[in-house]
Amino acid sequence: MKRREVFFCSLLLLFGIHLQAGTITVCGSCKVKTIKEGVAMAADFDTLLIKKGTYNEFNIQITKPLTLIGENYPVIDGGDKGEIITIVSDNVTIDGLFIINVGTSYTADYAAIRVVQSEHFLIQNVVLEKLFFGIYLEKCKNGKVYHNKIIGDAVDEYNSGNGIQLWYSQNIVVERNIVQHVRDGIYLEFSDNITIENNISSDNLRYGLHFMFSNDDIYKDNTFENNGAGVAVMFSKRIKMLGNTFRKNWGTASFGILLKEINDAEITGNTFEENTVGISIEGSNRINYSKNNFIKNGWAIKVRGACYTNTFIHNNFLYNSFDLAYNSNLNDNIFDENYWSNYTGYDLDRNGTGDIPYRPVKLFSYIVNRTPETIILLRSLFMDIIDFSEKVSPVFTPDELVDAKPLMKRIK
Amino acid sequence: MIKILKYSFYDLMRSRWSYVYFLFYLLLGFVLLFLNNELSKAVITLMNVIIVLVPLIGTIFGVMYYYNSKEFTELLLAQPIKRSSIFLGQYLGVAGSLTVSLVLGLGIPFALYGLFQSNAIWDFSLLLITGAFLTLIFTAVAFNIALSNENKIKGFGYAVLAWLFLAVIYDGLFLMSLIVFEEYPLDNLSLIATMFNPIDLSRTLILLKLDISALLGYTGAIFKQFFGTNLGLFMSIFMLCLWTVIPVWRLAYVAKRKDF
Repeated sequence: MKRREVFFCSLLLLFGIHLQAGTITVCGSCKVKTIKEGVAMAADFDTLLIKKGTYNEFNIQITKPLTLIGENYPVIDGGDKGEIITIVSDNVTIDGLFIINVGTSYTADYAAIRVVQSEHFLIQNVVLEKLFFGIYLEKCKNGKVYHNKIIGDAVDEYNSGNGIQLWYSQNIVVERNIVQHVRDGIYLEFSDNITIENNISSDNLRYGLHFMFSNDDIYKDNTFENNGAGVAVMFSKRIKMLGNTFRKNWGTASFGILLKEINDAEITGNTFEENTVGISIEGSNRINYSKNNFIKNGWAIKVRGACYTNTFIHNNFLYNSFDLAYNSNLNDNIFDENYWSNYTGYDLDRNGTGDIPYRPVKLFSYIVNRTPETIILLRSLFMDIIDFSEKVSPVFTPDELVDAKPLMKRIK
Repeated sequence: MIKILKYSFYDLMRSRWSYVYFLFYLLLGFVLLFLNNELSKAVITLMNVIIVLVPLIGTIFGVMYYYNSKEFTELLLAQPIKRSSIFLGQYLGVAGSLTVSLVLGLGIPFALYGLFQSNAIWDFSLLLITGAFLTLIFTAVAFNIALSNENKIKGFGYAVLAWLFLAVIYDGLFLMSLIVFEEYPLDNLSLIATMFNPIDLSRTLILLKLDISALLGYTGAIFKQFFGTNLGLFMSIFMLCLWTVIPVWRLAYVAKRKDF
């Protein structure tokens, strides 16, 4: 909250100054015909009003605190020559531009808008198309990326860039953006205290959101749909994931979220729907999963090993082909008071929880782990019979992995 | 043939067996929906019923009907009627009435519970189509078995055994072979093995709708092609048709040559 206030104040400050500062109008028939000229002419805290039209420019360096406002989405066409806007000053606002044709390079990460070592910037209402990298924040602090639309045309991973990339940045808010058809929708590396909220990241080649070595971040109410491999969260600590939706990430190496070396995170109120794997967990400890919905996934949760002291409480597991896959016989994770649609027990004492424990790991899921081709026997009568006998006396599946108090009714 | 078909159909209607079967499905549909209160879960439960029960009932009914109407068949054989029309007429009468009972019995409760507004409608129609196919296939298999066995007890035994084999034992052997040969590439083998069992085939067809997300989790390219495109759907339906046509053809062929 505090961070947001600071940000808001800075915005007000910026606005206050800009009222007194001059406005330079840029248009095809004006005195100032190009944005570069406008930037060169402007004094600190001036506003550049860019009228509708097409501007064939690239490498626009913004070296002083300016506000660039586009009227009716003026087009800045980079002509595939390189980077388009580079911000190297604090207090810069970019609003309402349509930027296309960012150059592709195998040696430099050209971006539509790059912010370098700056603070208090605001990038909003920008539309980016035909891009390499979209918005690239490099060693920045206290900025906001709000309500932008990034639509790429990525085909191969090796020659495409990310939609919004944060590198060594802190206290940034990424909110209400739409990112489609790029390599990674939103990419974070070494970035702490970031808030990612209400974004829609879909149809990306690799990940909807990719997280590396970034601590204390929150991502909330985002939608990740139909991405090549879902969302990957790796090597990070104290992350909060709240109320996100992960849908339709299908494929052999595809999942809702991949958690790898994540510690002390909180995963609450998310919905995982129709993914091949809802959550794939590897080497992650002390994570609280609660109030999540796992609906119609192939595997709701796949635990790959070295995961300790995780707790799964009050989640809904609805109509998944497999609720849980587990590849070891050791279990140090807690499953308690979840609702499992596959539970067949009864509740005679009417306390709302089933009287016999539920075993989320089926023998069949163990067999499929060993011989993947057997997946073709899913839901066959023979499998039901051997699953039943395993349920009665577990031999192959971890004995103590049970939900002792499965709920009888779905959690709303 | 149409006359005999009609006769068999009305005969079954009169004998009330079709009604019992119809009422059974009606009740099942209502109970399922009442207990689950959700269409998508009911569809999953229903799948298990269709895959196990429909073939069983088709088999038993087919054998029973054949032996029961044997004297009437012999009477008909004395008339100037083509043999193939007699047997095919009877077969279609039985299979038709069973299919109608199944489709109506399950369709009515689901329609009443708002199927048409739900997006489960495709899953459900696929379920009914496979159910109809299974009825046709297993009734034909039962007629074949009954035709080849004069002894009623033997015929019944073989018919039930055939069902048991296809519903349970086949999958067991299938699983064993997959595990034993796990070091070899098995994609092709497993898909081909599925084709040789109508119950597995119908199961695969339904899985394509219900569990596609899990099926795409496996890394084989052939699997991916089969399940990821419409190829799987068309292949399965084509094989089901083949499974229906071959026993019916054999029925007509054997009936023509059999010495009664």
